[in-house]
Amino acid sequence: MTPEDRWLLPEGIEEILPPAAARLERLRRDLLDLYQSWGYELVIPPLIEFLDSLLTGTGNDLELQTFKLTDQLSGRMMGVRADMTPQAARIDAHLLKRDGPARLCYMGPVLRTRADGFGGSRSPYQAGVELYGHHGHESDLEVLALMLETLAVAGIADVHLDLGHVAVFRELVRLAGLDASREVLLFDALQRKALPEIRRHLVAWGLAEPAAAALLALADLDGGPEVLDIAESILAPAGTAIGGALTTLRRLVEALQQRWPALPIHIDLAELRGYHYHTGALFAAYVPGQGQAVAQGGRYDEIGQVFGRSRPATGFSTDLARLLLLGTVAQPAATGIYAPPLGDSVLEERVAGLRRQGEQVIRALPGARVAPVSLGCDRVLEWRQGAWCVVPVAPA
Amino acid sequence: MSAPLTIALSKGRIFKETLPLLAAAGIVPIDDPDTSRKLILDTQQADVKLVIIRATDVPTYVQYGAADMGVAGKDVLLEHGGEGLYEPLDLNIARCRLMVAGHPGQPPRLSRPRVATKYANTTRRWFADQGRQVEVIKLYGSMELAPLVGLADYIVDVVDTGNTLKANGLAPLEHIADISSRLVINKAAMKMKHARIKAIMARMAAAVSV
Repeated sequence: MTPEDRWLLPEGIEEILPPAAARLERLRRDLLDLYQSWGYELVIPPLIEFLDSLLTGTGNDLELQTFKLTDQLSGRMMGVRADMTPQAARIDAHLLKRDGPARLCYMGPVLRTRADGFGGSRSPYQAGVELYGHHGHESDLEVLALMLETLAVAGIADVHLDLGHVAVFRELVRLAGLDASREVLLFDALQRKALPEIRRHLVAWGLAEPAAAALLALADLDGGPEVLDIAESILAPAGTAIGGALTTLRRLVEALQQRWPALPIHIDLAELRGYHYHTGALFAAYVPGQGQAVAQGGRYDEIGQVFGRSRPATGFSTDLARLLLLGTVAQPAATGIYAPPLGDSVLEERVAGLRRQGEQVIRALPGARVAPVSLGCDRVLEWRQGAWCVVPVAPA
Repeated sequence: MSAPLTIALSKGRIFKETLPLLAAAGIVPIDDPDTSRKLILDTQQADVKLVIIRATDVPTYVQYGAADMGVAGKDVLLEHGGEGLYEPLDLNIARCRLMVAGHPGQPPRLSRPRVATKYANTTRRWFADQGRQVEVIKLYGSMELAPLVGLADYIVDVVDTGNTLKANGLAPLEHIADISSRLVINKAAMKMKHARIKAIMARMAAAVSV
């Protein structure tokens, strides 16, 4: 590193400066208030913990994404969190040990070894909620609704919702009797909707009907909610778990359409994001002009098991820095008061009083010549007729 | 007017062979990329645009949503990895084969042969799958020269007629994959514009010659 590039940050590592930082903090507080009003309790998990517990349950999906280092005290491997979901699951399963539903929310920076998307950040500011201890579609719906509310608070319009369910593929694989290596091949082709490859695999493996036809149909089962009817006729005879998955999606769609009649809903039964740990409904929010989802979540009922207690779980997460970029969170207006340097007790009391009222008061420093407006002040504190008065900044 | 739909194509063979398929879906460019210097071509549908880019850039444009759809060779997709893309339709155009080629009957000089290619990832994967360790040398063109001047023992490249190989005393040795062009679609675009994209896909699929 030459003296000229000491200011450089690593690729994908971002800092947030004024005025964006103030907007991010505004959004963070608004969201905390929102989650609090829904009964979600804030947890603040550690930045770093043993790798075993960070990666547990999510398997390979986070392995590559996690920065690793050796703990000099214990000799064990530690990881910097790449996702706070497993941490929240650990807290619910092992520390809180509640019998009824638990609602948790979290906000904080995470680190990723690789940027997820285009010009992507390796240091997103993750926010999310998790709801533990309930099985039905009602808890999925609550989390989904809170995801949509989150986007609304961030001022993100024109949201498109994508819904899927991992049980459909999982059940078809089981019925077709595919071994793990074939499941991986098919999963990979399905993620790319690579119909020619899927067709080739199915023929090469000599899969029996109706499983082969159902697996082939799956890649094309995406579109509006009418896809559920088509899926019903093609897939439902294949097994009860699939019927249950379709019913769950149907209930979610009905409830969403009732509450958000204008929300475009896309069903994709071949969407298998987080297949290794998700167990039920999957959802993601997209906005025009963005090649990647802005928020995503789903059900993952078994993660808690490795921490001693299997609990139904559903949740979503998003990146606040990204929401800030796409949304319309307003920048706090310039409403400061520029006050003279340290003075007598009357002045000091007046300044303290204004600050107690919630005003921003910025003190002049002797010798520094600054225009009040450049500090975000639209008023000044002046001595007029025997009192300290707040008056508008004189126009230049 | 609905939100514009952008389709990424590369100049040359893929462009020429894709035109009839796009025409079947009612998409006809107004400008000719060979004479026009525009990078974004209008079509007879006001809300459909074509962008003309390098073949290897097509997956990148589509992955990040700079284009909603595109046409890319399977060779380019294999090298790119296809992450973030759907590739639902084999257009059966620009057909060729991805091959390992070299001097016939001449064993490599080293226990760890050197392979020149512009498909570095695909090449590494292919030889690893065969249980062979090789050094990959990334080149951007004229692969056939590399074995002639001793830069590499083998090359990995797409082979159409095989005439260039033959003219340089080389022969195809191993067949890695059959290549043809695929329709690729951005995942988010598929989810947000599925009605239009699926309609275009269906009409192109009907026009694909088997």
